[in-house]
Formats: sequence, C-alpha cells, structure tokens
Amino acid sequence: MKRYGEHRFPGKLFVVEGIDGSGKSTQLMLLHQWLQSEGYGVVFSEWNSSPLVRETTRRGKKKQTLTPATFSLIHATDFADRMEHNILPLLKAGAVVLCDRYIYTAFARDVVRGMDRKWVRELYNFAVKPTAAFYFRVPLEVAMKRILEGRSGVKFYEAGMDLGLDEDPEKSFHIFQGKILEEYESMIAEFDLTTVDATLPIEEQQAQMRQIVKAKLTQAKRLRVAP
Amino acid sequence: MRETYSVLLPKMNLGELTGRLIVIEGTDGVGRSTQIKLLRPWLEQQGHAVLDTGIKRSQLAGKGIQQAKEGHTLGRVTLSLFYATDFADRLENEIAPALRAGFVVLTDRYIYSLMARAIVRGLDPAWIHNVHSFALKPDAIFYLRIGVDDLIPRVVFSSGFDYWESGMDLYPSEDMYESFRKYQTALLAQFDKMAQEYDFTVIDASPDIHTVFERLRAGISRVLKGEPREPLFARPATESAAPDSDSGEMDGGTQAHRPEAEP
Repeated sequence: MKRYGEHRFPGKLFVVEGIDGSGKSTQLMLLHQWLQSEGYGVVFSEWNSSPLVRETTRRGKKKQTLTPATFSLIHATDFADRMEHNILPLLKAGAVVLCDRYIYTAFARDVVRGMDRKWVRELYNFAVKPTAAFYFRVPLEVAMKRILEGRSGVKFYEAGMDLGLDEDPEKSFHIFQGKILEEYESMIAEFDLTTVDATLPIEEQQAQMRQIVKAKLTQAKRLRVAP
Repeated sequence: MRETYSVLLPKMNLGELTGRLIVIEGTDGVGRSTQIKLLRPWLEQQGHAVLDTGIKRSQLAGKGIQQAKEGHTLGRVTLSLFYATDFADRLENEIAPALRAGFVVLTDRYIYSLMARAIVRGLDPAWIHNVHSFALKPDAIFYLRIGVDDLIPRVVFSSGFDYWESGMDLYPSEDMYESFRKYQTALLAQFDKMAQEYDFTVIDASPDIHTVFERLRAGISRVLKGEPREPLFARPATESAAPDSDSGEMDGGTQAHRPEAEP
C-alpha cells in the first residue's frame, strides 16, 4: 500500500477542523466561493458522505448499536471510500480539494470514546497529508451557545450519549465537546495545525485563511514551472 | 487469561470471557462450512452450547458489504475496513457475549483471512495487522490446508468460479480459471506464512469430508479438555520427536513448519 503522507500530486488539499459551533463550515463555504471566483477548480468533500457506506452508518446510528470500535471503523471505511474514489483522483487531476472535517475529527472523537490513541492514528495512515489544516479554536462556552441557540436538539452520537456521560443530552453534549476540545488542543503541535481564533469577526478569520491559502497556491504554481 | 493481539477495546473485560474460541480457517471452497455443520451437533451432543459465526454475518455491516461487492466498486482500503467493521461488530455483539456466557464459539474464518486477502491486494501488512490488533486471541486456529490443484475440482463442481474468489479485481483477465489459480496461489502463500506466525494447527483438507472431520474433532477435543498444547501445538524447541500415545488420530494436525504427515 502506498502511504501518501506528503503528497506530490498537482492538486492542493485544505481542511477545516474544530468542535461543533466553531464556525468552520461557514469559513470553508466562504473560502470555496472565493477560490471559485479566482478561477480555481475547486471541489468540496464532506465528512461522512460516501453513498456506499452511508446506509450502514445510518443503520447503526438509528438502532444505536454502534460501539466505539464500530463507530471508528465505519467512519474510517467511509473516509477510505472518499479517499480512494474522490480525494486522490481529484488531487492527481490538479484540483483544489476542500474538506469539512478530516482525520483529526476521527482522532479526537475516537480517542474520547476510549479507542487507543496510536491505533487510530495508524488506522488512517492511508490518508494524504493536507496542504494546510485549519483549526478553528473556540472556548467551549462560546461554541455551546452558538449550537444550542441554532438547533432544536442534538443527536444521540453527536452528544456522545453512547458514552453514558450524563442522562441529559445537553449536559452530555457539553462534557463530550469539552473532551474533544482537549484532544484538538493536543493535536495542534502534533500535526502542525494552523490555528485560527474563531472568536474573531467572521471577515477577519476569512482574511487570514485566504492569505495562507493564497501563499500555498502561488507556491504550487512556481513549483510546477521549476520542479 | 484471554488476550488480544495488542489493543484492548473499551468495555472488553477479558477476565469474563471464559468460553472457548475456536477458529476454522482456510481458503475459499476448502470445506470450512461443511465441517462447521458437522462440528456443531457433535459439540452439542456433548453438552456444549455453541455459537457459530462467520464473515459478513454482522447485523451492522453484512448487508452493506454484500451490496457494495455486487457493484464491484469498492477500493481496496475501503473493502478491508468494511470487513474490519463487520468483524468488530461480531466480536463485540456476538463473540464476546457468547464467551462471557461460557459458549464454545466456532468461527468460520477470523482475522487471518481478512489480512491475507488485504495483503494479497497490496496493502501494507503492518497496517492491516494494526487494524485487527483488537481481536481476541483464539484458543485454537485450525487451518484447513489444500493445494490449488486439489482445490480447483471442488470449486468447479460446486459453486463455480466467483468474481471475488477468483481475485478478478486484482487479476482482471478474460480467463477466470487463470485468475482463480493466481489469486488462490497467492492467498495460500499468505496463509502458510501466517500459519507459523500465529501458530495455526494445520489440517490436510485434501482427504474426504469424514477424515477431515475426525481430525478436527480430535484437535477440538484436546482444546476443550484443556490438555496441554503439546504435541499438537508444540514449538519446535520443546517438541518431542516421539509420537504421543493418541496421536494416531492426529496425523493431520501437524505443525505448519513440519512436512505434512500422510496417514
């Protein structure tokens, strides 16, 4: 098996990470718009979207039969399908690929669910290293406020209800996201994540993001001319 | 006490898993399921509660894998992980509860088949080993071994050549027979390698069904009686050259690294 690691494909891969309510999806959507207007071939790839595996994931979530191990493995299966059939061919073709959540989401969630830290990292070593991984850093209370105002309720696995943290979904969600936040914090140095202060105004965060992405893209052009 | 291959899953309390875990491994068409059909009533007659399970039978992922395979569209990494999901679901929701209740668990294939298939398809052995490293170590692994030349007539006169069993995803060709031969030869080589690494009890599967059944029974009896692994499982250093008193029945149960004893 090829371990891609730092890939040498002509395309570029940008990913956003952060807890629910960090505003990462909004930022990625804005980046997408901008890249398109700049004339790049941009493709958006969502976490947990492969049609082949979706049915199985849905079955497990609906019946609430997923354990930490099967939760981890079914998401890895889904990710592998997207990697093999979507992300890799696109990078080979020279596209700019945008991912809302990437392997770091799995690392954080699976470890909080009690899976072995090293095992999970090894599990995903078929993944391509992103050109840049943006981590939207936000205090737990800020994210909670955004989330709980914005939706009617949190889902079973989203709230980490399978872990038996608290009988109240909202409290469980709070504890669960707090633990995930700790995992993210420890990954900043480990994976060289680009941290964005997610409490700043949306425009300011977006300006930072565009600046970094632009630098990586111009670099790429230069590289292609003179290897 | 029971062990895993390295990683321990949450809530897997090894001390509680008092039953016996017996694996029947072997390539496609070698007669594993036929043997399990015979073994189950035999074990039940002796008063053992039996769970039999096998690949793709999980509530969670079995159906999904089947559908995906019909389309032939899954990548290699994806297919391996899908199978690992199916395995984890069965391990946690079927195998471990049965072991906790003191059952004899007979499993038609285990992680070894999954790893052999993945390695033959070019995946990194270290990676695929890690993926399955949460698996429980079985009490015994009986490997029904057969050469490709003996295997082919069985497949031809039963189910015929199947797309996946012929490794058509790996060796696409007009000639399914050639693909089957190549693929099964590569798989057998992987199994032989694993036989040593994982201490398989090798049983020659080329004789008739009844002979193979007798050999399996003898091996399983030993495991259930908790008899020492010698001479059946002995490592070369501790192995005595003289045959054990009851080894007449055990001719097929030779060590992987020994030449096969023909009865």
